[in-house]
Amino acid sequence: MIHQQDSVIVRTISRFLVPFIQCFGLYVIMHGHSSPGGGFQGGVILGASFILLGVAGGLGEVKLRFPTKLLMVFVSLGVLIYGGIGFLCLLLGANFLNYGVLPISLPRYMGMFGIELGVGITVMAVMVSLYEYLVDFD
Amino acid sequence: MKALYWLLTLVTGGFLMYGALDMPRFGDPNSAPNTHVSPRYIEDVLKETEVPNLVTAVLADYRGFDTMFETTVVFAAGISVLLILGKPRRKKESEG
Repeated sequence: MIHQQDSVIVRTISRFLVPFIQCFGLYVIMHGHSSPGGGFQGGVILGASFILLGVAGGLGEVKLRFPTKLLMVFVSLGVLIYGGIGFLCLLLGANFLNYGVLPISLPRYMGMFGIELGVGITVMAVMVSLYEYLVDFD
Repeated sequence: MKALYWLLTLVTGGFLMYGALDMPRFGDPNSAPNTHVSPRYIEDVLKETEVPNLVTAVLADYRGFDTMFETTVVFAAGISVLLILGKPRRKKESEG
């Protein structure tokens, strides 16, 4: 059983750090094209920021910001974005996941960004749901 | 019985080792992947995918189908957590 910490230092520092960690996670997702990174890594960083909140301040801190009901919505949403982009390419007359036909500038670049975003959302929500369900289990 | 387990493990492991002997040496410039696939990626990736990061281009574009089902594996992990650890729907006290 995890007990809530009463240390003011730990709680304050972790709440101070979380926005920076989340910014870094978004950076890792968005710059996956031109620097090391991508959806899986960025999603794990985003999920870890929520887990840090939970470890420092108790499960309620996470549930306040990421309700348990929303977790599975986000888990599914990521896969839906990925598959949706694939089927969009199919509807526009190319092969599955052939981003070249998307009607935007730099279609392959933006298509890859879209699927990285989907991967990131799924991985983040799965990390947080692992934490919430495992800690809540009694 | 324990001897049988050891025998099975050693024989299977021996077969795997024997199979691994046929693999090309790591970094061998004359192996099949290094003579066909890698040069194509290195030379044409910017022209074909508009993305400067080779790893992302292979992961998300050339091997996009593979990555999609990697995501689905993660998705399946999340669904399994919900199925095994999730509680039946009922009114709970609000926390936090």
